[in-house]
Amino acid sequence: MADTILYDSAMRLFADHATREVLAEAEDGLWPGALWQTVEEAGYLDVLVDGQANMVEAVTILRAAGHHAAPIPLPETMLARFLCAAAQLPAPDGVLTIAPVESGDVLIVGGGAVSGSAGHIPWGLESAAIAIVAERDVALTSSGAFSWDAGDNLAHEPRDHLSAAGARCEARMLPDGIDGALVLRLGALLRAAQMAGAIEAALAISTQYANERVQFGRPIGKFQAIQQQMAVLAEHTAASLVAVENAARAVVEARPSAAFACAAAKIRAGEAAGKVAEIAHQMHGAIGFTQEYRLHYVTRRLWSWRDEFGNEAYWARELGRQIATAGGDGLWPLITAP
Amino acid sequence: MSVFRFDPVDLPPECEALRREVRGFIADELGAGLWRPNSDFGSHRSAAFSRRLGARGWIGMTWPRRYGGGERSFLERYVVTEELLAAGAPVGSHWIADRQSGPLLLRFGTDEQRDEFLPGITRGEIFFSIGMSEPDSGSDLASIRTRAAKVDGGYEVTGAKVWTSYAHESHFAITLVRTGPAGDDRHRGLTQLILDLKAPGVTIRPIDNLAGEHDFNEIVLDQVFIPEHRRVGAEGDGWAQVTSELAFERSGPERFLSAHQVFRGLVARVGAEPDPQLAEALGRLGANLWTLRRMSLSVAGMLQAGETPNLEAALVKELGTTFERDLPELARLVMPGARQGDRDEFERALAEAVLHAPSWTIRGGTREILRGIIARGLGLR
Repeated sequence: MADTILYDSAMRLFADHATREVLAEAEDGLWPGALWQTVEEAGYLDVLVDGQANMVEAVTILRAAGHHAAPIPLPETMLARFLCAAAQLPAPDGVLTIAPVESGDVLIVGGGAVSGSAGHIPWGLESAAIAIVAERDVALTSSGAFSWDAGDNLAHEPRDHLSAAGARCEARMLPDGIDGALVLRLGALLRAAQMAGAIEAALAISTQYANERVQFGRPIGKFQAIQQQMAVLAEHTAASLVAVENAARAVVEARPSAAFACAAAKIRAGEAAGKVAEIAHQMHGAIGFTQEYRLHYVTRRLWSWRDEFGNEAYWARELGRQIATAGGDGLWPLITAP
Repeated sequence: MSVFRFDPVDLPPECEALRREVRGFIADELGAGLWRPNSDFGSHRSAAFSRRLGARGWIGMTWPRRYGGGERSFLERYVVTEELLAAGAPVGSHWIADRQSGPLLLRFGTDEQRDEFLPGITRGEIFFSIGMSEPDSGSDLASIRTRAAKVDGGYEVTGAKVWTSYAHESHFAITLVRTGPAGDDRHRGLTQLILDLKAPGVTIRPIDNLAGEHDFNEIVLDQVFIPEHRRVGAEGDGWAQVTSELAFERSGPERFLSAHQVFRGLVARVGAEPDPQLAEALGRLGANLWTLRRMSLSVAGMLQAGETPNLEAALVKELGTTFERDLPELARLVMPGARQGDRDEFERALAEAVLHAPSWTIRGGTREILRGIIARGLGLR
């Protein structure tokens, strides 16, 4: 990662404040207020208020957050503040989220009101306000304006379903270049950054275990069967990191390839997530399958995060249509586009 | 922090200008019907093409001008290489000399050797092969038995090398031989010699591959005299020299583009409006290809900076060859009615890829050896 100072300090912050206890309590429904306050004071939530130019920093912070499975809506609040800043809406303090976040969901904004339904809104019920994106409009609404059906993902992170029948809101037009499709794409990249971090954690935990766990008289990491699988785990780790970092750069520099790159990053991280979780658990044997052992904090997130902001299949179809339009002769220029 | 590093690389503007130049050259070549695209660098060659490339200054691009090189960056070389491979140009004849033998001589060779070989390589007139594997030494390279005995003025070499691609067409082979005892770590006593493939005592026998093509050879060496001035580096330094080249050998675009004509043909055959299943297959391939290229470019950036990223190179090769091996398997399943045959470019590419794919995860370090290197890099042994 280019920004090693930021990465190192974010890793320290999350190691200190997203502790085992905090993670366990969050799964029981306790809001990690101290962690949130620290993140807010570090300025992480405002990293995108000046626009997409700080995407590398955002991705760096989220990689560290994903590594430590920080149970807070970081990408969502970053994106909500980004949208508010872009539309010159004052962003309320505290927890923010965005909607819709599912590739098929649509909310309608018109006449000062929001209608429709949207699923799996991260921390919807806990949020002070929700930034609703409807094509070229953004509307800021308090969570009390909607009916909610509470839910969660496999890591017990809140994923609530909202429905609205004319909920009142303050809507603004978004500037050129910012719309629902962009928000879904940036959400996919930010989630992929968390995934890359969680994947790195799975690699680190598994490496440590392979060197410590002794069977047949030696650490299991000495066995070729284990080494071969660990190498595959490392390959997927490297690929997801590279995809995320390069996509973030493409976004910062507003390259024509940025949309392709964001989709590729979510696809690659999504493909890696399942394989990494599988190998990491296989490496650990029964202990990795327990509540007591820490591996599940990252693997349950990986299994859920790969489906959020569009899964591999969704983004692959998007990319595939772009490739088909380019045609056989256009394939290579598309892959190599600056 | 990670045990590996892949800093993103932005190609400078001169690289994109060069890319346009290479694409123009390729379009002219294809327009003139000079070759048929095949992206597998190990099975597609033309000495005449290599000479045309040499005339353009696209062999030995990074080497000093005094040896015929262009003093250009590794990233510029990367762009030329990836464009040629993606287009399926017949790069095989000069490939080893350009990628490995020339850089080896620049690093460890004498001025006399550089003057003798490098200008000819850059003109696409001198081709090299690699003499490493032996009948009893594959992945376990340190166990080689070809012996070089010291004689007046040089060495007398006896033994056998196998899987030597293009030995029947190349002029020389950088040959790893045993000049002394192995020692405790088994890596001592190895030396690299420049073998003249036309020298007396050299017998080259074809080993046809399963596709019926003659790329491989066995080289039998019976008391072959190699003069002292053809030794590369110091006696006994062979192992260190061989391993120093691995990052160059393992991280390039040839490690994920071997089946590129299948991908290209698949896209052409699918048409502009694919059904969701086909679109998804194209998208997954595209995402993986894009990611591999970015990884490979990062290694090129590190090589440009003078680093030796052997772990990163092993990661690129392992992931890349897995991709190029999986690609034809995916393509044949998603394209209804696809056969490996010769009805069109896609079918021909598919047939070639299916037949050649077994070699991709073997050449240049097997999958198992690479995974061992990666595991060691993780700190596992």
